[in-house]
Amino acid sequence: MADTLDVSYDTRIPNNVGLGQDRKVLKALEKWHPGYIDWWNKLIPQNFQDSMVYLRTAVSVDPKGWAKFDYVKMPDYRWGVLLAPKVEDRLIPCGEHMGKPAWQEVPGEYRNMLKRLIVIQGDTEPGSVEQQRFLGLTAPSLYDLRNLFQVNVEEGRHLWAMVYLLQKYFGKDGREEADDLLRRSSGSEEAPRMLGAFNEETPDWLSFFMFTYFTDRDGKMQLESLAQSGFDPLSRTCRFMITEEAHHMFVGETGVGRVVQATLDAMNKAGITDPNNIGNVRDLGVIDLPTIQKKLNLHYTLSLDLFGQEVSTNAANAFNAGIKGRYMEHRIDDDHQLGDSVYNVSNIVDGKIVTQEVPALTAVNMRLRDDYVRDAAGGVGRWNKAIKKAGIDFELVVPHEAFHRQIGVFAAIKADPQGNIITEEEWQGSVDDWLPTKDDGAFVQSLMKPCYEPGKYASWIAAPKMGIDNQPGDFEYVQLHMA
Amino acid sequence: MSHPLKQHLIDPEICIRCHTCENTCPIQAIEHNDDNVVVDASKCNFCMDCIPVCPTGSIDEWRVVEAPYSLEEQYEWDELPEQGDVTLDDAPSDEQSNDEGDADPVAALLAEAHKGAGGKARAPASAAKPTINLYNLSNAVEAVVQGNYRLTAEGADTDVRHIILDFQGKPFPVLEGQSLGIIAPGTNEKGRPHLPRLYSASSPRDGERPGYHNVSLTVKRDEGGLCSNFLCDLKKGDKVDVTGPFGATFLMPSDPAARLLMICTGTGSAPMRAFTMARERTVGAREGGMVMFFGARTPDSLPYFGPLKKMPEKLLHKHLVFSREPDQPKEYVQDRMRAEEELVAEMLQDPNTYIYICGLKAMEQGVEEALNNITESTGESWQALRDTMREDGRYHVETY
Repeated sequence: MADTLDVSYDTRIPNNVGLGQDRKVLKALEKWHPGYIDWWNKLIPQNFQDSMVYLRTAVSVDPKGWAKFDYVKMPDYRWGVLLAPKVEDRLIPCGEHMGKPAWQEVPGEYRNMLKRLIVIQGDTEPGSVEQQRFLGLTAPSLYDLRNLFQVNVEEGRHLWAMVYLLQKYFGKDGREEADDLLRRSSGSEEAPRMLGAFNEETPDWLSFFMFTYFTDRDGKMQLESLAQSGFDPLSRTCRFMITEEAHHMFVGETGVGRVVQATLDAMNKAGITDPNNIGNVRDLGVIDLPTIQKKLNLHYTLSLDLFGQEVSTNAANAFNAGIKGRYMEHRIDDDHQLGDSVYNVSNIVDGKIVTQEVPALTAVNMRLRDDYVRDAAGGVGRWNKAIKKAGIDFELVVPHEAFHRQIGVFAAIKADPQGNIITEEEWQGSVDDWLPTKDDGAFVQSLMKPCYEPGKYASWIAAPKMGIDNQPGDFEYVQLHMA
Repeated sequence: MSHPLKQHLIDPEICIRCHTCENTCPIQAIEHNDDNVVVDASKCNFCMDCIPVCPTGSIDEWRVVEAPYSLEEQYEWDELPEQGDVTLDDAPSDEQSNDEGDADPVAALLAEAHKGAGGKARAPASAAKPTINLYNLSNAVEAVVQGNYRLTAEGADTDVRHIILDFQGKPFPVLEGQSLGIIAPGTNEKGRPHLPRLYSASSPRDGERPGYHNVSLTVKRDEGGLCSNFLCDLKKGDKVDVTGPFGATFLMPSDPAARLLMICTGTGSAPMRAFTMARERTVGAREGGMVMFFGARTPDSLPYFGPLKKMPEKLLHKHLVFSREPDQPKEYVQDRMRAEEELVAEMLQDPNTYIYICGLKAMEQGVEEALNNITESTGESWQALRDTMREDGRYHVETY
């Protein structure tokens, strides 16, 4: 019976980019590596570092090789540099250089634009791990603990992916940017993460699930548009990251779905039919549906802000340069250059929300946000199916895009969740019905007690319908280190 | 009436519509609308590329159907339909065949082979879902022989072969423990093609060579045996008609913590080799949790004797037992099991233990008696334990 190792690792850093033959980049990465491990070790509580976690590791980018499940201690996780297979004769898919061969090296004129995009993307990856660092202490099950850590190690790998691009293609600048990615820290006074949404601590598991559902989905859309890049190494990196990102969408969608399910089950068991009977529902040890709606409102709107200004010349420049495409660019039936076409964008004129046609080129952000809104609606519909099936008269609703915005045209006004413009007084009078209050937060926090027994779940979350890697219900997804 | 077929489906209750499968499918057999993601049965070629990339597990769903569900039907679903009753000319598994198994000779053969379990066998709960009956008599797949190696010493009294088949890029998704049907060329006395003979795969699911999806068989030459002589005489490059895969219960648990107690003789070692290699490829150098009792006449005639000796004990704890060693008393597997009573008893009491027995029918009785003695000594009833284990999918017998 032959020895069987699917992948040979020729360097300390698993990769499919020939690092073994690329001494300069290998040296830079190896120099960066201890800082990364240090960052990881200081971040995650020690007893989790020493625990055996049933994780998925990508050992190759072939569909059959990238989901190997096994127990591993997180600091020993094989973070690697993995790019999707190269597409022969790939062409730049959009913008003024459309149809020319994709760049294998950084085009000089776009160097700074590219670097900035990569740094911003890279900055979000460790940012989210930092935000979620303490969640393990209150995990509602070993299954969820494992899913949290899977998300964390993959965000870590995504940081690696961006650092590789910086060090390989951007010389000294790139190396400095790579170091800065470890220097900045979520919520830090002196060196915060670049995007606001990544500087708030994730306070509880419902927030984590909402974050992975709504905010990671923004990440997915950004990756989708970078996967269309004419700069081929960026495209290949992002294509592979998208496959991993799907797991984060999964954690979010099923996480919220299971919280909803636990509430429905408890209400039915107790014979409570009125979803607004908040006190009685909370007494059951589950989260009432109106609070879930408020959390949804908050995370959805914070995520919409991540798409930036509706009309943006930066986005137009990046598209025109062929550095960033649109969602599913290859499936869009147009000239891919947006010379004369127009796109509908919301705006505020005379205190009213109106739709205006603007040059499509300047509305690339808006289009991506519209794609996001459609994508995000799907899961909400599936949560509602469960509510309907349980016979409870309640519907989770995605709020209007004008509601609770800090960035873009709607930042100037106040609107209710239906999109009616309201006064500051009206806003103050109702905001507690729309967004989580301190009391809501304190209640959810009161439920956050760890449940580490295999196969058991905290009262406020239902068991998953299916185990990870087809494992049975009482599988010990994390073998906790007991110090 | 068209042949029933196995259709690949996606569970809409579990799918999160991330479309990773759709983007991964090399032949665009997966598509979606605003509601569901669906598989086009007329395109899907069972390459399985979409299975590991799915973050949810919703995509590993299969139904045997007379006519495939259309894309329109699948788009309407809120949940997957139950497996319906399919009247089969060729039953999809030994599970669904009738008692006599006369509708399907393959099912009848498997039902006979599994009789020793003392009741209806069940697959381990965590076993991967097997593909069954992908190829049948009227639709066999052609394999090319990649190699044919004699496993027993030249002078040994048996000629056992290790034969490697390559399916030339055609899908042949076989799990460890499943069987292949081999059709010997020519016709029988009635002028009809020969019926397939069943052989267990001795290679793991990802192939004799990992990722190559080639399949190895372990075949003993029987004097006068039509199919075994045909197989043992094959040369590299020769072509063979194959049906299957068959068998839906004699499968290994996916749970890496599950312990395997493997008891075999002769070519009954084939599925055990597949199990062992599959474990080796997943657990690597870690503890394997596998114990093997393997009987043969002499070391010379024990298939895979050399490679087996090299397997680390930590991965596979081995008892190789010989009944015709010169100057040694005859020893059969059941004798060694009794000698190792403590180990066997401890495993029997562990609800994480799975037992596999494979070899000649003649071994069954002796092994049963040994298991009976060992359970009695711990104050339990073997019959009751066996039935519990079988119901749990933890007791498997395949003898011939």
